[in-house]
Amino acid sequence: MNVLYGLYQADEGAILLDGVEQHFAGPGDAMRAGIGMVHQHFMLIPVFTVAENVMLGHEETKAGGRLDIGAARARVREISDRFGFSVDPDALVEDLPVGVQQRVEIIKALSRDAKVLVFDEPTAVLTPQETDELIAIMRQLKEAGTSIVFITHKLREVRAVADRVTVIRLGKVVGEADPRSTNAELAAMMVGRAVDLTVDKGPANPGGPALVVQGVSVLDPGGQKVVNNVSFEVRRGEILAIAGVQGNGQTELTEALLGLQPRVTGQITLDGKPLVGLPVRKVLDAGVGFIPEDRTEDGLVAEFTIAENLMLDRSTGAPFVKAGTLQLNYLQEFAEQKRVEFDIRTQTVQTHVGRLSGGNQQKVVLARELSRDLRLFVAAQPTRGLDVGSIEFVHTRIVESRDAGIPVIVVSTELDEVVALADRIAVMYRGAIVGIVPGDTPRDVLGLMMAGEKPEEVAA
Amino acid sequence: MLLSIIAGGILIAVTDERVQAAAGYFFSRPLDTLNAIGQSVGGAYSALFQGAIYNFRRPGFAAGIRPLTETLTFATPLIAAGLGVALAFRVGLFNIGGRGQMLLAAAAAGWVGFSLDLPPVVHLLFAVLVGIVFGGLWGGLAGLLKARTGAHEVITTIMLNYIAYYLVSFLLRTPVLQAPGSNNPKTPAMKPNATYPDLFGPGYNLHAGFLFAIVATIIVWYLLNRSNLGFQFRAVGENPNAARVAGINVKSVYVWAMVISGGLVGLAGTAQALGTIKTGFGSGIDAGIGFDAITVALLGRSRPWGVFAAGLLFGAFKAGGFSMQAAEGVPVDIVLVVQSLIVLFIAAPPLVRTIFRLPTPGSRAPRRREAVAK
Repeated sequence: MNVLYGLYQADEGAILLDGVEQHFAGPGDAMRAGIGMVHQHFMLIPVFTVAENVMLGHEETKAGGRLDIGAARARVREISDRFGFSVDPDALVEDLPVGVQQRVEIIKALSRDAKVLVFDEPTAVLTPQETDELIAIMRQLKEAGTSIVFITHKLREVRAVADRVTVIRLGKVVGEADPRSTNAELAAMMVGRAVDLTVDKGPANPGGPALVVQGVSVLDPGGQKVVNNVSFEVRRGEILAIAGVQGNGQTELTEALLGLQPRVTGQITLDGKPLVGLPVRKVLDAGVGFIPEDRTEDGLVAEFTIAENLMLDRSTGAPFVKAGTLQLNYLQEFAEQKRVEFDIRTQTVQTHVGRLSGGNQQKVVLARELSRDLRLFVAAQPTRGLDVGSIEFVHTRIVESRDAGIPVIVVSTELDEVVALADRIAVMYRGAIVGIVPGDTPRDVLGLMMAGEKPEEVAA
Repeated sequence: MLLSIIAGGILIAVTDERVQAAAGYFFSRPLDTLNAIGQSVGGAYSALFQGAIYNFRRPGFAAGIRPLTETLTFATPLIAAGLGVALAFRVGLFNIGGRGQMLLAAAAAGWVGFSLDLPPVVHLLFAVLVGIVFGGLWGGLAGLLKARTGAHEVITTIMLNYIAYYLVSFLLRTPVLQAPGSNNPKTPAMKPNATYPDLFGPGYNLHAGFLFAIVATIIVWYLLNRSNLGFQFRAVGENPNAARVAGINVKSVYVWAMVISGGLVGLAGTAQALGTIKTGFGSGIDAGIGFDAITVALLGRSRPWGVFAAGLLFGAFKAGGFSMQAAEGVPVDIVLVVQSLIVLFIAAPPLVRTIFRLPTPGSRAPRRREAVAK
């Protein structure tokens, strides 16, 4: 989408607007051509007024370079009245609620006579009521002849507002769909079933419950409930997959397990020991292994060597540290051993992790986490962006951990991965668990659950 | 380096009056001009060398080597403070509170130095320790504010500079620090037991503080490269998110890093108050070293031995700058410009590469970001 708005340049292909090929060197060109964009994160200056924000970038001036704020004010009022936005042009943007700020973005685009409006995940920051209002506004704009490109991963909104649907997955168009398609069909397209992954996996042999999660809720910094009263348990020697479309609270839930979320209520116990409120260090010491969703951001230090990354979460004591001193010889030996064991393709273990391919980076994370004595293993999006070979490797390791009697949680938005690995599947939707079903549940049922339908309703 | 010497040479030549005079008749006698340029530039740089390393005009080795000891004297606080700033850089923190940390450390160490009576060695070590502790506390305060409230360390350290400066200025007018019977805002002289002993006798200014700087370099090297605390420091400096997920307490790392950073800057303060100026000091005791330390740290690429070398280089500039000015009449501002040019060219490799159109060495793959293509 940033290509369309001129922020990035396309490597190939063409953009046609009303049949004319366009070349955008920057957002200014795109605006002049009549494309407006409402970004997910607002591009507004908080300490400016609405009118000042709207004229930003194409300021009109009176004689002597004096800003013609009056004209901008009138323009805001006119557009605001036309669509019933009720936006005060003199209000400071920082004082406005999020929903109104978004309208300012829309006014900004419309004031430049946008013929095409691009909405990038506009509802991510809105409350349900604000979302409904936005949908009404989009309908109104459509009536007024504006074309709208609406990017979202929320199925309800797609069905509420779209005339045509294009599904994009991992940078490729997967297909076109009819907005009257069922949620299940759309969900299936979104999570994909392109590669048929098979994992060599025997039946699970679960023991007693190890991790018990009871009534856990997580508040985000804005005070919104992103995880809502979630309860489940994981037994020793089983893989529980947490499935769902991206952004339904899975990330926050795993972070809550690790002690990375500050505002968690409810109870989490591992082998009877409570985990809520413990610092990350103590959670790791309790035997929790964790593959974070974003390995480059949260899992690895790119400027560190492979060896250094392998000791990242054990920098306080044995075996890598004695009397406050790093045991470099031991670390070197250990790293060599892991390089062989986990097939990390590199010249030496002194290579910086940032230079490895994604698959090899993930193997470093995997090697680090699996070389501790684990009592719980949490893998969030363990194969995102990896090649098929690495995916297979990671999956095999996860199943091996299960067979070693470790309780495993796999969080994935890829339905294939969920189906390939899970012994039981918990589906999350809007921060809550829709239902927990056996691992052999058919995909279309899972798809419906990912769209928020209860398993009982699906079965009926 | 060479480039900066050339650029500096041009500046020296242009500002030299003899060259200006000769250039007036450049077209009739061009050699005169070139000659004057040669004399002026050559003279200036040889004065720099003579002032900073070895003065071959003086008879005998003992007198000739004197400039080098001057260089080391100037380098001592620069190295110590540079290490402090560099350590903070490695943790991703920008400690520009060197001035405040130095002032407070100097004041505290100085107070111990002139008001207590302790046996030799013990007195010095205690004074140095007190200086380090006060520098560390002042730095740690900024770290604590960042960890607790998220206040940016650049802002807090600047503000703490002002607080320390006016606090020390105030104390210098009260009996706490002011020399009795004096109206100057200046402390009494240090007791001999509390001062860094001269390394080569009273003929030279070089004092044992330099040895402390060497020890500090070794300690910082060990801390960063061999200790687990340093490992955590570096992890937080490179990627605080990954460090947090790996169970490292990022906030306490910020506090401790600032404490140690401030302590090292405090050591620089003691080198000034107990070594270089033993006769009592005023509120200018920091001599801008807190800020020069930032340049030294950058120049040394925040590596302990790099900082050590950069501190020596800067010490040489300071020592040589005076003689450059005295011997050849090069304006002191030009001396500073030459210094800055050298720093600029060393500290900014991309600039040099652009000038000479060199390829980027070891161009690495850009960091992968899992951007969801839309």
